[in-house]
Amino acid sequence: MGSNMAENHPVGFQWVVEARERGAEVIHIDPRYTRTSAIATMHVPLRVGSDIAFLGGIINYIIANGREFRPYVEHYTNAATIVDERFVDADTNDGVFSGFDEAERSYDNASWQYDGMDPHPSSGQRSGGAARGEAHGAHGAPLTGSAPPHRDPTLQHPRCIFQLLKKHYARYTPEMVANVCGVPEAQFLAVAEALCRNSGAERTTAFAYAVGWTHHTTGVQYIRAAAIVQLLLGNIGRPGGGILALRGHASIQGSTDIPTLYNILPGYLPMPHAAMHQSLQHYVDTVSSKTGYWGYTKEYMVSLLKAYYGDAATTANDFGFAYLPRIDGDHSVFTSIVGMIEKKVRGYFIVGENPVIGNVNGGMHRKALASLDWLVVRDLFEIESASFWYDGPEIESGVMKTSEIGTEIFFLPAAAHTEKSGSFTNTQRLLQWHHQAVEPQGDARSDLWFYYHLGVRIREKLRDSTDPRDRAILDLAWTYPTSGTNADPDSDAILREINGTGADGKEISSYTDLRADGSTSCGCWIYAGCYKDGINGAARRKPGSEQDWVAREWGWAWPANRRILYNRASAAPDGTPWSERKKYVWWDAGQKKWTGYDEPDFMLHTPPDYVPPEGAEREETLSGTDPFIMQADGVGWLFVPDGIEDGPLPVHYEPQESPVENALHPARRGNPARQFYDRKDNPYNPPGDAPGSDRFPFTMTTYRITEHHTTGGMSRNVPYLSELQPEMFCEVSPELAELRGLEHGGYATIVTTRSAIEARVMVTKRMRPLRIDGRTVYDVGLPYHWGSNGIVTGDAANELFAIVTDPNVHIHETKAATCDIRPGRRPRGAVLATFLEAQRT
Amino acid sequence: MKTFDDTAATAQATYDVPEDRMGFFTDTTLCIGCKACEVACKEWNELQEDGYNFTAESYDNTSALGGNTWRHVAFIEQLPRPVGPANDAEPLPPIPELDGGVASLLDRDASVGPMQFDTMGRWLMSSDVCKHCTRAACLDVCPTGALVRSEFGTVVVQDDVCNGCGYCVPACPFGVIAEQPQSGHAAKCTMCYDRLRDGEKPACAKSCPTESIQFGNLDELRARADERLANVVARFPTARLYGNDEDDGVGGFGAFFLLLDKPHVYGLPPDPIVTTRDLPSIWRTTAYSALALSLLVVTASIGTGKA
Amino acid sequence: MTTPMSYYGRPVIKAPTWRWYIGAYLFVGGLAGASTPIVLAARATRNDTLARASLGAACAGIVVSPILLIADLRDPKRFINMLRVFKITSPMSVGSWILTFFGANVAVAAASEWTGIATPLGRTAEVLAALSGPALATYTAALLADTAVPVWHDARHELPFVFAGGALASAASCALIFTPIADAKLARRLATLGAIVEFATLERMKKRLGPLVGEPYRLGGSSRYKQIARMTSALSLALMRGAKGNRTLAIASGLLGITSALCERFSIFEAGKLSANDPKYTVAPQLARRAQREAQAS
Repeated sequence: MGSNMAENHPVGFQWVVEARERGAEVIHIDPRYTRTSAIATMHVPLRVGSDIAFLGGIINYIIANGREFRPYVEHYTNAATIVDERFVDADTNDGVFSGFDEAERSYDNASWQYDGMDPHPSSGQRSGGAARGEAHGAHGAPLTGSAPPHRDPTLQHPRCIFQLLKKHYARYTPEMVANVCGVPEAQFLAVAEALCRNSGAERTTAFAYAVGWTHHTTGVQYIRAAAIVQLLLGNIGRPGGGILALRGHASIQGSTDIPTLYNILPGYLPMPHAAMHQSLQHYVDTVSSKTGYWGYTKEYMVSLLKAYYGDAATTANDFGFAYLPRIDGDHSVFTSIVGMIEKKVRGYFIVGENPVIGNVNGGMHRKALASLDWLVVRDLFEIESASFWYDGPEIESGVMKTSEIGTEIFFLPAAAHTEKSGSFTNTQRLLQWHHQAVEPQGDARSDLWFYYHLGVRIREKLRDSTDPRDRAILDLAWTYPTSGTNADPDSDAILREINGTGADGKEISSYTDLRADGSTSCGCWIYAGCYKDGINGAARRKPGSEQDWVAREWGWAWPANRRILYNRASAAPDGTPWSERKKYVWWDAGQKKWTGYDEPDFMLHTPPDYVPPEGAEREETLSGTDPFIMQADGVGWLFVPDGIEDGPLPVHYEPQESPVENALHPARRGNPARQFYDRKDNPYNPPGDAPGSDRFPFTMTTYRITEHHTTGGMSRNVPYLSELQPEMFCEVSPELAELRGLEHGGYATIVTTRSAIEARVMVTKRMRPLRIDGRTVYDVGLPYHWGSNGIVTGDAANELFAIVTDPNVHIHETKAATCDIRPGRRPRGAVLATFLEAQRT
Repeated sequence: MKTFDDTAATAQATYDVPEDRMGFFTDTTLCIGCKACEVACKEWNELQEDGYNFTAESYDNTSALGGNTWRHVAFIEQLPRPVGPANDAEPLPPIPELDGGVASLLDRDASVGPMQFDTMGRWLMSSDVCKHCTRAACLDVCPTGALVRSEFGTVVVQDDVCNGCGYCVPACPFGVIAEQPQSGHAAKCTMCYDRLRDGEKPACAKSCPTESIQFGNLDELRARADERLANVVARFPTARLYGNDEDDGVGGFGAFFLLLDKPHVYGLPPDPIVTTRDLPSIWRTTAYSALALSLLVVTASIGTGKA
Repeated sequence: MTTPMSYYGRPVIKAPTWRWYIGAYLFVGGLAGASTPIVLAARATRNDTLARASLGAACAGIVVSPILLIADLRDPKRFINMLRVFKITSPMSVGSWILTFFGANVAVAAASEWTGIATPLGRTAEVLAALSGPALATYTAALLADTAVPVWHDARHELPFVFAGGALASAASCALIFTPIADAKLARRLATLGAIVEFATLERMKKRLGPLVGEPYRLGGSSRYKQIARMTSALSLALMRGAKGNRTLAIASGLLGITSALCERFSIFEAGKLSANDPKYTVAPQLARRAQREAQAS
């Protein structure tokens, strides 16, 4: 669901094909019939933006029919935990949970807590600063209070999470699913039954998703809904189970582990907050958890600071904690864009990204970039984000004039992956090394080269500075061996620094070696061990034929080379495998330790019958049956008391723009906590039945196709790829084509209040209209690979979309919005500007 | 050592099949239409793009094999669903595949593997390539000897010998070999002869993520294909092998296929015959006609002499 | 969307890439080839005027032919590659050798004839040219028949005779133009006979090809050339009676005969392209053949 894996992850998809050949059922639940559907054993078309209704229907099916994997649910999830009596479910409260502040559009989650537990200090402080997700980095929130939380192992208590869940999803019936998603009841039931039949002791089911789930104003809750299904069916921490986040690029996983995000530091440590984190101790106190492995936050943070500042990091200066930049709220990309327009953000780096094509509302992006003092773009080719000032759509329409754009733009050619060595981290957290094949040509340089030498030059300029604020740069440990004609920093040495070293200067072998006294240094605690014994684990390439099926000697997976996280759950509470067929990690009573095919993700010598004694700390607070060791209570969270902005349980809300009302919660169309950017340059189409909504009667959704890569910067400049898909096109059903008079192979113009773009028309039965609530909903499919530069050019689909985001991760909604489509080419030049003005009134 | 000489015109049309004749088995049930084969082929063989034309023919914009496209992926949309009314007030027609309800979706024989709803429609994808015929018309008709049979049993054009006469182009019963515009030479798949010499797989097979393109010893591939067909026929009742028969009109393909529909649906000839099979009779007829011409002149000249 | 006969209606086989030079060569080679037996027959009947005219035609043919072939190859050096090997499986290879052999002999014969030097050698060459001429006139039919193009391959039993007839008609028509009436009796006879053979074998070919495979002859360029060929041939024959007594009519008849043969070749040449470009001509007969075989097998 939410993924077109065959087209966007063809190499990984080989294993799905192989699974099908071995008898697995592959079900593709997606608005469009794609190349994935073609290989799948069943394709289930559903309306864009209705996935939570579908997944909620499955949760209801599981609970109503007693199909949950009972022992797993009882022991390994928080199903038995009792929730605070003040909690009011959205289901009985017009679609909002208790604690909602209408004015702030945000929740106070005090009433969501486990019974007898206190809310986390950072909870409910969003207005004062960062969102809760930002406060926790990317890990589960800590729990404080009279541990352990109250539980009812019989799952009968009316306030136990299992009963709350049952009540919450009771209305997600097959009829409701049919009405909201447009999936016939029979087909929905076939999917639900197939999932249940394929789960349990003997079998497991996996979900694979991609940005088809995340690019929604309720994106995080989509994945939460899948997590609930998987926890109920016992499909987490077991071979063949899981929820696979298919990432959009070769190392997007890597760029969250060692982040390019504003709100986290390496290893998902939260970025210090200006108001909340005055000192290291203050930071550790608010971030770390008394229970579970996040109890070692200080060890991780101090070792990171040692990696950053080396000898300059001492106990005397809090290991340089004060040098770290601070956040004081939402600094996500869209907020930054607004900041540029408002002249609060003056300079910007665009690296490995092409936001004027890849992000929604390209027009607003270009306006923002044109407001900057300076802009640095590093890419393989001169992408649209670097050339907008002379060939952007606003130049064509006359809205912007080149002579009036004051931004100084530096375009720097970047080296391709073949021109540098380094690692990719894939969706399985697997680090795989790639070796440089050739030196970069001309002025092209690797990113490592750029940042390293930029740092060297800045430090040189500041060498004699006495300004205390410059210490943050001058105290950096900024020496790396270089090699090659360009003096490229040695990426191997950097991986070693990330791995970390001990007091003896040797590579450490695990994050459990890290110390808070400054004797260890580690660039990313979850990567500790990737350079164990001086061997680059990422570069290991022992063929699968020469090792067992888990293939632990191929690359290196964080943490500690574990291939499946939380794999303690692959054994029953008593430590024996759930079944011979699904045997993975188990307790060896003879050797008194956990063993198996994979690295056990558990305290190696903690027996299944271990009960934490009074006064235990950190991981010792977890019992022998608590597999989710990174969670404060050691279990999988069906219900999330803390850490999520928009509710402890997923609720079906309509996208910001949708042609129908919310059948489940008529009073709440969209996610009440979604983030708006209500501005003149970011208008929204009238939704649902609102006046004017009939001007945008169709849904639209964006996607990628195999032949191109994201915004086309890397593919539209390659003749071999360009010829495969040479023009921007849109996909419509024969029904919509007839309704609007669209000609197969001809041109169509797609219109929203933001923009109008043109595309060649692909009329195909692969697009299927759906019957929703007594009316037919037609979808327009839009690949978003085109822009004005390169060998093949075309209009960019994202121009059509408005900025409105998920409150947790601030991602835009590109998978569901409304539009109109008309035959023929779009207006050009100044006429386009007038045309768009008319759409907005 | 097998020798094909039964119907061949001369010794040149005959060749000794090497023990280790290499081939392709393209199993279209595994193809995901990623076109990696097309791109890898062009990269390796340094071919040109074939123009930037949006065809609106499903996801295929390179259309056919040609001088610069030696692998070509065909896309055929077969979705039988009825087309509904073009307004949003009337209900859509029922979906035929759901007629039997849940029972029909779930009730199936587990031994045949996963359910496969061909009735829900299918999107056929198939990577086409030179067939490297046992009896290759292009090779037979080539006047320069540019086309040769390699030690791998494949048919290869030697660029430096080919003079661009174009005879091979209409001779090929599959429309594979073509003139390469920039060089003027005939060009087609070489099964990556240079890679084979180095013990490597052809680029397309190497890049195929799903093993839809399998490369190997032809006899082994044929055996594997028979087994594969037997395995999938319950799931894909329309599956068939194409080009695996040594008794067909070209003596069997060196690159053969498992298809899910009739060959011509993929643009492949249903019953290809090597044109030179008929060459002995053509030569005979031609000789008679030349003789007839001479006789006619001789006969007519009687009585035309000057008195 | 997909047509029943192929993939998006695209051709199953590729049409020849040959340009008009090759169509013209089919005619020129035929004319030259069929001229040399006339030369020999004229010598035998002591008709040196006719012999000279036809030798001249053959000579012109061997000058023009390589030019046409090389024009299509785009590079003179490329023609040399034709003589790397001799391949009986390739009518083009065989034809290249025939043309070379023929050309050399015609050249020697003509040189001897017009210089008066080494007459015995010239006459020997003339005999060799006369023996190889019919092969040159007809091998092009083998060349076309030996392709996957249905309208050519399926016509393999008639096409050489069509070419023989056409070549003879054109060679004789050419001779008619350059020979005084008194010496042109053989030319008139052969022009008539050639045209009749060509017409009769074409009819037979049409019947064999049937309505589907033979359809390209009724389409586009092929059909237009065919109509001109038919018309000019009929006129040429009609004028033949008058050509016995009127040099002007003889020249007109000869020109018409040549035009007819030329157009007939282009009609056949174009039909091949049409036949290759529409997949139904390839697919339908093969489907029928397959079905028939399967019916027999069961």
